[in-house]
Amino acid sequence: MDEFLAARLQMAVSLGFHIVFACIGMVMPWFMFVAEWKWLKTKNPVYLDLAKAWAKGTAIFFAVGAVSGTVLSFELGMLWPTFMEHAGPIFGMPFSWEGTAFFVEAIALGLWLYGWNRLSDKVHLYTGMVVGIAGVASGIFVISANAWMNAPAGFDWIDGQAYNIDPVAAMFNKAWFAQSHHMIIAAFSATGFAVAGVHALLFMKNRLEIHAKALTIALAFASVAAFLQPLSGDHAAKNVAKLQPAKLAAFESHFETQKSAPLIIGGIPDVENREVNFAIKIPGALSFLAHGDFNAEVKGLEEFPEEEWPPVPIVHYSFQLMVAIGMFLMLLSVIFLAGTYKWKHWLEKRWWMLLLVFATPLGFIAIQAGWVVTEVGRQPWIIYGIMKTKDALTPMPGIQYTFYTISAVYLLLSFIIVWLMSRQIKMLQSKYLKHD
Amino acid sequence: MTEIILIILGISLLLYVLLGGADFGGGILELISRGKASGIVSRAIAPVWEANHMWLILVVVILFVGFPTVYSTVLTALHIPVLLVLIGIILRGSAFTFRHYDIEEETPKAIYSSIFRYSSLFTTFFLGVTTGGIILGDITQDYSQGFYAVYMNPWLNWFSFSLGIFVVILFAFLATIYTLGETKEKSHVERFTRIAKYLIITLVVAGALAFATAELEGHPLFFEFYHSIPSMISVVLATIALPLLWINLKRNNRQMLRLIAGFQTTMIVLGWFAIQFPVLVKINDGVDITVQSSIAPRATQLQLLIALIVGVLVVFPYMGYLYKTFKFGEKTADEQKAS
Repeated sequence: MDEFLAARLQMAVSLGFHIVFACIGMVMPWFMFVAEWKWLKTKNPVYLDLAKAWAKGTAIFFAVGAVSGTVLSFELGMLWPTFMEHAGPIFGMPFSWEGTAFFVEAIALGLWLYGWNRLSDKVHLYTGMVVGIAGVASGIFVISANAWMNAPAGFDWIDGQAYNIDPVAAMFNKAWFAQSHHMIIAAFSATGFAVAGVHALLFMKNRLEIHAKALTIALAFASVAAFLQPLSGDHAAKNVAKLQPAKLAAFESHFETQKSAPLIIGGIPDVENREVNFAIKIPGALSFLAHGDFNAEVKGLEEFPEEEWPPVPIVHYSFQLMVAIGMFLMLLSVIFLAGTYKWKHWLEKRWWMLLLVFATPLGFIAIQAGWVVTEVGRQPWIIYGIMKTKDALTPMPGIQYTFYTISAVYLLLSFIIVWLMSRQIKMLQSKYLKHD
Repeated sequence: MTEIILIILGISLLLYVLLGGADFGGGILELISRGKASGIVSRAIAPVWEANHMWLILVVVILFVGFPTVYSTVLTALHIPVLLVLIGIILRGSAFTFRHYDIEEETPKAIYSSIFRYSSLFTTFFLGVTTGGIILGDITQDYSQGFYAVYMNPWLNWFSFSLGIFVVILFAFLATIYTLGETKEKSHVERFTRIAKYLIITLVVAGALAFATAELEGHPLFFEFYHSIPSMISVVLATIALPLLWINLKRNNRQMLRLIAGFQTTMIVLGWFAIQFPVLVKINDGVDITVQSSIAPRATQLQLLIALIVGVLVVFPYMGYLYKTFKFGEKTADEQKAS
């Protein structure tokens, strides 16, 4: 295997693995907080059981998220030393804040998980809040660092060296806000629907109160997030259109620069002939979505030299997949909101439970697709317009073997975690069924 | 400004050795005591292990933000042992958590335990090997020299391996002293006191071995220590503390034991810092990477320092609260029943 490809795949596997655990570790504390708060308010022991059951799962996910995150902080330098050598002093500021935020999160989570009998109710409850806030903050910091790779700022690049470094400008680069809200909302939506899907499946088996309560809490978060997500995505896409027109063109396989450009839905891009086959085209819609004007000109890939094109089909398919899932989850959130406020009987129906079960992995698939869009869409650049990814590669040969090793470890871990979760759920189920 | 960043880097590294070390050592101690310690180790580590390992992240972040060439050079030359450390960290952290949270069942628990123990040993050993590679400084930046010279030679040598052994014993020793403070049961106290004594003796031997193998590799480590006044003072103080440690071990004076063991470890780490400074990475066929040559521009240093100071102000008190809650707090009714 080609060294460069191996390094990119290793990075993709490591990030793709970490992101799932990071999202769950960031969002679950909020669910646990609500469950605990309801327990303190209603004294219904089901809420306490729920908070504790979720806590066990979260502790496992959080620990794996922490170790895989530690691995990433080294891998960046092991695979892309030239990148880190130049970028470290510029985009390091959010990482140093992230360190503090994650530290606080780890301490607070330790207190929360083991402090049930050692902290007062109130302190314990708000410790959960600290975990949640610190988690979201550390997420935003990391995303801001990634955003800098897409929208480099805060330095002058002269003859392959950075001068006049301004870390604050680098941190608050032009992409940080759009990427942050899009990702944080995605995390809430994906985790919420994943949790809801699992509880929906269990609820269908035996209608336990604990699963009904769990569904309500998870869906409350998920539906608000999924409802907002298309708006957030629209803002993020406009941001890309402005900052990285080649990436936007790859989203849509938009080859020719044109006014009132059509929105291309689905289809199979044919890069050689620069066209998209079998796609639905909505005239003017891309111009409107990218620039807010049906007649605006949208730059096509033809504006850029071909060696600076990202791999168009991968980016195109991932983007379409992400958007399709986003729309579907938004539909679910509309049903849930309608069910909550008006047609209450909907939420008891079998079709609704089946929809939720079907949606269990979708949010995370969309997150993975979204990161493919961001990262593959930026290629061939590692720092957009400044440094090419291949120029940042480690000189060490044999990266394919480290790629195989890391992949095998993560694959094995994934299986174990799925197995562990099923055991946890079985234990919870049997505890309740014995009671009744 | 650079000095303060360096001091915080040093403190983070030291705290990682002391806290993370006791934590890695916990796994090794379980291995030595054939699982006798596992209950105590589990209870003592569980609430704090994630926070303990944050010190490593802090070290890494300070390096790539503040001293980017140190970070990239070390991770290139020592790619292989660092990768082994990382795999160890993944296995160890996961196995520990799984053991703690999975449902009670013998076979899986036994598997988690043995993964936790062996990967603790493995990770610690390669942490030592990596550190050995940095101290030895047999690192080249001429990547055309061939795989062995560039990526193996810096760490595949007697000194790095001796240092690996030294660190394994040091961490096990820290964990033993720490565990002694966590138990009052007589049979445990006797067992861990015995283990501690063996570990102290082997630690001294392993230390001597590290100095000897350094000479073997053509690195006058003893000479460097001898010629650096702070290093010499550190070594002397660590040695003087040995009999004190022995006496307190006999009297089972827990607080004093922890204090002395912590002090000795601090002295060892400071002694190393003193000979390492101001060269951060030695390059065998080029210009050494020093603090001066690798430090990031002032604007970056300032932002890093602000983040670190805010971090210290937030993290230290909170960390203290965490330790206070779990270490010195009264045992709850449940835990008294359990123990």
